[in-house]
Amino acid sequence: MSNTKSLLTIKDLHASVEEKQIIKGLDLDIKPGEVHAIMGPNGAGKSTLGYVLSGRDGYSVDSGSVTLDGEDLLEMETEDRARAGLFLAFQYPVEIPGVSNLEFLKASVDAQRQARGEDAITSADFLKEAKAACKQVNLPVAFLKRGVNEGFSGGEKKRNELMQMLLLKPKLCILDETDSGLDIDALQVVAEGVNSQRSADRSFIVVTHYQRLLDYIKPDFVHVLSDGKIVKSGDASLALELEAQGYAWLQKEPAEDELEG
Amino acid sequence: MTEQIDKALAREYEAGFVSDVESETFEPGLDENVIRRISEMKGEPEWMLEWRLSAFREWLEMEEPEWALVDYPKIDFQSISYYSAPKSMKDKPKSLDEVDPELLRTYEKLGIPLIEQQMLAGIAVDAVFDSVSVVTTFREKLEEAGVIFCPISEAVHKYPDLVKKYIGSVVPKKDNYYAALNCAVFTDGSFVYIPKGIRCPMELSTYFRINEQNTGQFERTLIIADEGSHVSYLEGCTAPQRDENQLHAAVVELVAMDNAEIKYSTVQNWYPGDENGKGGIYNFVTKRGICHTNAKISWTQVETGSSVTWKYPSCILKGDNSVGEFYSVALTRGRQQADTGTKMIHIGKNTKSTIISKGISAGRSNNSYRGLVRMNPGAEGARNFTQCDSLLIGDQCGAHTFPYVESRNPSAIIEHEATTSKVSDEQMFLCRQRGLDPEKAVSMIVNGFCKEVFKELPMEFAVEAGKLLEISLEGSVG
Repeated sequence: MSNTKSLLTIKDLHASVEEKQIIKGLDLDIKPGEVHAIMGPNGAGKSTLGYVLSGRDGYSVDSGSVTLDGEDLLEMETEDRARAGLFLAFQYPVEIPGVSNLEFLKASVDAQRQARGEDAITSADFLKEAKAACKQVNLPVAFLKRGVNEGFSGGEKKRNELMQMLLLKPKLCILDETDSGLDIDALQVVAEGVNSQRSADRSFIVVTHYQRLLDYIKPDFVHVLSDGKIVKSGDASLALELEAQGYAWLQKEPAEDELEG
Repeated sequence: MTEQIDKALAREYEAGFVSDVESETFEPGLDENVIRRISEMKGEPEWMLEWRLSAFREWLEMEEPEWALVDYPKIDFQSISYYSAPKSMKDKPKSLDEVDPELLRTYEKLGIPLIEQQMLAGIAVDAVFDSVSVVTTFREKLEEAGVIFCPISEAVHKYPDLVKKYIGSVVPKKDNYYAALNCAVFTDGSFVYIPKGIRCPMELSTYFRINEQNTGQFERTLIIADEGSHVSYLEGCTAPQRDENQLHAAVVELVAMDNAEIKYSTVQNWYPGDENGKGGIYNFVTKRGICHTNAKISWTQVETGSSVTWKYPSCILKGDNSVGEFYSVALTRGRQQADTGTKMIHIGKNTKSTIISKGISAGRSNNSYRGLVRMNPGAEGARNFTQCDSLLIGDQCGAHTFPYVESRNPSAIIEHEATTSKVSDEQMFLCRQRGLDPEKAVSMIVNGFCKEVFKELPMEFAVEAGKLLEISLEGSVG
């Protein structure tokens, strides 16, 4: 197992937003098919990590390296990272009024196919796939005709993100606090959707504040992010430990480091 | 992101070519003599010349309007040529075979084949090149239904009673500075008459092309829909890419008799000038329609071209229960300036009007909506709904809204909604994270913003308009 080639390798990553350093020396290695949970207190840099990896404007890398499938991810444009198989499920999906979900999704799928040198998918085939995806995430088919996230409830937006993931079939999915704002039923639907997509060639980074989501999506590894770096890693049991004890005991250490420094 | 958008907007103007056609062009300059010569070229009857000359005399007394939010150097009306026509058109070709192939090629290059077999079935075209109409297709077929569709210069001869009765009846000669000028020097345009109770069997369209340098285009369109008739009409416009500004001052008059309906759509793509604002068309246009009882006029416009636009397609809702609609998308980029909107004048009882205006500004452009809704004392139970949305792309452009509301009838209901939004970083990031390049992302967001208007366009043209926006926005993102 240890000889398997890594899908994502992050080495000593430092990154800033508006001149303020948020990620401060982060290392992470993810192999195909693995599910890694990243937990941590508010302000630890969890969401920032997702944005830095997907190349959002305004998030700059100061040093370190990231490779996806052996390719230098940081050299790629935002859209090229997506085409290389990186998918970010947003914590707060934005609305695009007047652009139908179907049109948006087909354009996305076609852009990615084109990057792989494939022809655009026919409208009929795509509609069939999209309808199946709707069903799987428990969204009425009518949502395909509505504007992207336009007037969707919080839960509908999250399911819509998941539907996009099903259609785009990425290699690496980053779920950014996908559980926030979901009731238990919606959470289960989302978790089932994610679980159905787990496979030997698809990896997940599940960013979450609470252990709750991990009851449904069982991680292979749990990492605790605090003050911009991973301060503790373990298996699924670490999440339960955190649930019981909170994050305070882990945050002490870096504080001492800082004093010494 | 602004940088990306600017880059995406720096597109090529695809219609910017010049056709190599030998033309007969008047020397620049404007006086009564020039007007007499235009009238002579057209072989007009005396009454038409007199009408022109009286308009010219009115124009001389008028002042160029300065209230619009646009800024351009004073136009020297003596430096413009007021007539230009391909020499080959002098003998009035009787059929397509006799038309100069270079002219036909010009329209083909613009995506408008004039050979009927190659055309979109169901659309008749009048092709106006500089000051003359080159060809009008499907005329026989339309005549079978009793529909008249011909160049206005021809209508003056063939249907003098109709022209005499209606020309200047909706837009009076001295309505405004440019309208008066048009009355004096108008050269060609389309004339449409739909008889009582007839539903026009085809879409009608006029395609205006400016080719010659230093000329102005002053076309005039008159559409009369008799009682209970129905017509859908579309106009398109392009011009070569030149460093000098050119003036286009048109007048369009629509008459919708009792129970008639006119749908008038425009896809305006005049040359907008370069990134620094050099060259481009001054598009100073007066468009107005009158609705009699139970009649309906619907204006839909997609304005992407011209360096300066000054245009307010309006409805006079004279008859009881008549309906006026205005759907507009105006896109400005580079240094373009647009001051556009509508006037809805409610005179009759229970008249209704709807205004949906979508302004998109990018680059260093300025985009203004200017609209008037007036409820006259007799407009019992009249209603208006206005929605003005502005979308900003980048941070160096401007969007402005000037709504004027005058209500003299307490039973009238007027609603006005307005929004201003930006193509947000979040939207761009979402699109790019799904694999779309920035250009595609912007054009998709903009198309979505315009959806309510595009759905009012005839289907073939809705696709065209969407593509036009896509081309217009190419390179506007980075």
